[in-house]
Amino acid sequence: MKRLSVWMVVLLLLVAAALGIGLFAKKGQYASDGLVVLNYGDYIAPGVVDMFEEETGIPVIYEEYETPESMYTKYSSHSINYDVICTSDYMTGKLIEEGQVLPLEWENIPNKRWINPVYDEYSASFDPDLRYSVPYFVGTVGILYNSDVVSRDEASSWNILWDEKYRGQIIMENSVRDSLIPALRLNGDSINDTSKKALDPALELLSLQKPLNYAYLSDDAMYEMIMGNANLALIYSGEANAAMLENEALDYEVPMEGSNLWIDSWFIPKSCAHKAQAEAFIDFMCRPDIAYMNWDHVYYTTPNTGVYDMLDEDEQSDEAMFPPNDVLRRCEVFRVLGDDEIRTLQELWKQLKTS
Amino acid sequence: MNRMSQKAAYPYIIWIVGFIIIPILYIFSYAVHDENGLTLKYVLSILWTVHRKPLFLSLYLAFICVIVCLIISIPLAIILRQVQSRIVIFLFMLPMWMNTILSILAWKLLLAPRGLLSHFLPSVSILNTVFATELGMIYDLLPFAIIPIHTAFAAIDEDVIRCAWDLGANRWQVFCKVMLPLARDGIVSAIVMVFVPALTSFVVSDMLGGGKVMLIGNVIEQEFTNLMDWHLGAGLSLVLMVFVLLSTFILDENEKNEYE
Repeated sequence: MKRLSVWMVVLLLLVAAALGIGLFAKKGQYASDGLVVLNYGDYIAPGVVDMFEEETGIPVIYEEYETPESMYTKYSSHSINYDVICTSDYMTGKLIEEGQVLPLEWENIPNKRWINPVYDEYSASFDPDLRYSVPYFVGTVGILYNSDVVSRDEASSWNILWDEKYRGQIIMENSVRDSLIPALRLNGDSINDTSKKALDPALELLSLQKPLNYAYLSDDAMYEMIMGNANLALIYSGEANAAMLENEALDYEVPMEGSNLWIDSWFIPKSCAHKAQAEAFIDFMCRPDIAYMNWDHVYYTTPNTGVYDMLDEDEQSDEAMFPPNDVLRRCEVFRVLGDDEIRTLQELWKQLKTS
Repeated sequence: MNRMSQKAAYPYIIWIVGFIIIPILYIFSYAVHDENGLTLKYVLSILWTVHRKPLFLSLYLAFICVIVCLIISIPLAIILRQVQSRIVIFLFMLPMWMNTILSILAWKLLLAPRGLLSHFLPSVSILNTVFATELGMIYDLLPFAIIPIHTAFAAIDEDVIRCAWDLGANRWQVFCKVMLPLARDGIVSAIVMVFVPALTSFVVSDMLGGGKVMLIGNVIEQEFTNLMDWHLGAGLSLVLMVFVLLSTFILDENEKNEYE
């Protein structure tokens, strides 16, 4: 019995020591004067953070996340005080609405002048006074198609996704909001309309379309299109651009009925402890040479006019990469949805998937 | 000695309580209450069309899966009695040592419209269908049917069968009246080992169904991950557990009756 208690004490001490080291290490890591940056995974060119540290002398702790929802969970847990965050439009809007975002001092971000003002009205849908956010990458949702099989004319209307001719060759996004875009727009409704009047006919359209689908996919859609397993995909322009690099036959079109424009922006959350440095970081991201490095790596549409000016005519005229104004004009930004609305959409999705 | 074995049981008790009983209690508690107090609505939600349909599809696919696995395993077990080839049984076991996800991914590449199958049958496209899902399940679960059935058949004494022949039984009678009853335990455990995972499966339908095949497992997985409704997910899990317990119970009873 005595021996047992000795061992218990040893064990307890070991556990305590381990815990202590753990806490200490964590404290050491984050108590330093570093700038804590939170961004999507693989959403920055390698080396950019090092360049920022070198030029400004501000140490950076760079963290990544997968989905806007997981970012929200990470941020709300308050276990780490983030200084700068980049995320998608509706999530930025949610945090602004909740009063979790600090207004930016524009004199600290002179390179903001490079950001194309054409996106201002879109940013205004989640940041009404344009006081809180700076666009990083933007893009549209459209149709990626195999130009050997499908003509550009056909792909310029969402109707093609209901064409019996392409049975078994269509990929839809495995997400309710994205898959609703074609159905809502064909019925002339806004992509943000969650009324029964808009959703019921949209669900009917999607149910009609389900038997024609090859699959509902999210990340895999790009690879399936590159391999040629399907000829049409509802997809984000960023993935479409990547797929078009791999397979020459692929082309991208934003249908005339209209679609979604998404904007990923930088903002400074309330938890920020180094606001001036955080603004310096956002400014750095807007500097054309840095924005070019990031654009070259991520290969999504950059709102940075400095980058656009650096490109040759061929690259500038790539409409999948730089959507012309008439395309932008028919696009809307996703609005922040309430919990009830999210629940409604998810019920609808379940009905479609089990039908 | 007795005290020794009592002490030796502690780790297992901790295991059982910590990793089996407590999680089940958690599921149970999530299933029958929410912020408004006790409720049965999550358990009864199985009656909604959007849940009932996936449940029936799961039961149907699990049933077919069991039948096909038995049809393949029993003749194989009888052949192996004669041939007694270790290498054959080894080869049938081999897929079990490979990660399920990887082998199902291989099926996906095989069945894709531009996959290997399309070179031989260009007009056939079965990827992302219920059929492809069933095929993947059978492939995945077949070894779990073969092992117990093979063991049971291999254990049948050759003298008993010779006896049956001597007494004038024909082939069919030897199989039905002698071999099948003697291998009953193996067949029953094969049924359970195939039926239960097939019923609760969601990975195979996810990968080979292209998001178009919703089994009850997929619905539960969606509730816990994307939809974040743990109460509903737990309620449906509880119903599924009842189906699993019911099926093992029925087969258990069956076995007992045999001995009485």
